[in-house]
Amino acid sequence: MPMTMTQKILADHAGLDSVAPGDLIEARLDYVMGNDVTTPPAIKVFEQLGVKEVFDKDRVLMIQDHFTPNKDIKSAELNKTMRCFAREHEIKHYYELGRREMGIEHVILPDNGIVLPGDLVIGADSHTCTYGALGSFSTGVGSTDLACAMARGVTWFKVPEAIKVNLTGVFDKFVTGKDLILHIIGKIGVDGALYKSLEFVGDGIKALSMDQRLTVCNMAIECGAKNGIFPVDNYTLKYISKTNPDRFIRSDYKVFEADENAVYSQVIDIDLSEIPLTVALPHLPSNTRKASECKDMKIDQVVIGSCTNGRLEDIGAAATIFKGLKVHKDVRCIVIPGSQRVYRQALEMGWLEILDDAGCVISTPTCGPCLGGHMGVLAKGERCVSTTNRNFVGRMGDVGSEVILSGVPVAAASAILGRVGTPDEL
Amino acid sequence: MKVSGKVFKYGDNIDTDVIIPARYLTSADPEILKEHCMEDIDKSFKERVRPGDIMVAGKNFGCGSSREHAPVAIKASGIALVIASDFARIFYRNAINMGLPILECAEAYEKINEGDEIEADFDTGVITDKTTGETFNAKAFPEFIKNIMASGGLVGYTGSELRD
Repeated sequence: MPMTMTQKILADHAGLDSVAPGDLIEARLDYVMGNDVTTPPAIKVFEQLGVKEVFDKDRVLMIQDHFTPNKDIKSAELNKTMRCFAREHEIKHYYELGRREMGIEHVILPDNGIVLPGDLVIGADSHTCTYGALGSFSTGVGSTDLACAMARGVTWFKVPEAIKVNLTGVFDKFVTGKDLILHIIGKIGVDGALYKSLEFVGDGIKALSMDQRLTVCNMAIECGAKNGIFPVDNYTLKYISKTNPDRFIRSDYKVFEADENAVYSQVIDIDLSEIPLTVALPHLPSNTRKASECKDMKIDQVVIGSCTNGRLEDIGAAATIFKGLKVHKDVRCIVIPGSQRVYRQALEMGWLEILDDAGCVISTPTCGPCLGGHMGVLAKGERCVSTTNRNFVGRMGDVGSEVILSGVPVAAASAILGRVGTPDEL
Repeated sequence: MKVSGKVFKYGDNIDTDVIIPARYLTSADPEILKEHCMEDIDKSFKERVRPGDIMVAGKNFGCGSSREHAPVAIKASGIALVIASDFARIFYRNAINMGLPILECAEAYEKINEGDEIEADFDTGVITDKTTGETFNAKAFPEFIKNIMASGGLVGYTGSELRD
């Protein structure tokens, strides 16, 4: 039976020749990841199970990013629980604040060369679907699933059917992968891909850098998808040759390709040249509009960062727009490089200096304001343009606050204009 | 297993940020989480909910984050069952793992009203609206899923399976 790319990875990790949509399989996991919010409950379950050791201390990852640097005493306790466990169990991928490897989970797992093509990864965070950009299968689970996977290195999956997203053409100036994924979510709705894979194909994928593909897959969950995935091409190989040269030279990764006659539940054709600079208005990521139609919306804050848009290219795009310009007097603009490495590279490129000159706040890597944690929580009645991934009621603070999602160019332009705007207005 | 109670009805796309806002995720204690369950869309939920009550909602219930705190908060608040047109994938899995009973039934969502007294039978999947007299058929879960829910979740189930 012909298979999609996702189905092939699942079959391979289940030790099966083939799988079909709806099959329940038990699959071997290459990496199992949790963060400072989801790992502590998993540790409690792990201890209840009476297991003494994790299945592989190099393959269980514990990343502090949500409420860190600790925002209060309770988050300090959560983080301490994870830190103590990581030390006791000699978890290889546990990073302290400030170390070069440290950062937001979905920024560092690809960027540190941990995840490679063909891998199967679960994480107790819904945006774990990010790594499909590398041609791997990854998806989010809860803390109990995490605990059981920490113990055994396997978990069960229901094999998903897939939606094929066929991309052609090239983007207009300033349009990025963020606009593409917002456009897709707006088109099919927040449950449009429920339980399914989103498989991206077509000549148009050449228009998407690796950072942009990571952004696209990151938000697959926002239309309900189990995972998003890109084929492995020269961009992928070039990327992993830098992130993990040892394994790249040894060809220690696996490239899966969808069968030509694979069955898809739906095919969506998208001409990238037709995608406008896009925003998602409150309070759903599917509530999309052309950014140019929302110019009367005044704003109080802009956030540039997160697991969606905190990568090097994103910080560079912000610096390009802010160069020589200032943040509007009524706006505070918070820029959060997604990892310590991104921070350092942006520093070396001179981008942080440009952002500082423009009047932006530059934060240590953290998820922080994206989920209303810290470093930019909104008051009642305040509105924020944000490059993050969710704009639900109360997501960034008070239930009476509003989040408008966008890509980096629109967010940066809006910070300068004091309202929703586009770079061509500057 | 049968449950019966009063209905709290909500719409489509009820996300985990409104079920339990992230500002409370510094605790995973059910007793603390239940104090804030649904507060961003239904401030009086905490005062009105009684043990055994039932939540009925539209499509894509539990969309958003992977936080297991969401089904934990609902269960701790006393809700005995969530019926929705359908569930977001991670919430669905977490609810089963946490032992929060759920059923999928779009027709029940359309016809059941806020405040109705309803009864649901897990063995058959039959939902009865005792206020209106109407019945609906949800798909019953396979035996092992029923056993997970009856054991209070995956951990209790795994423990009982290990003892057998």
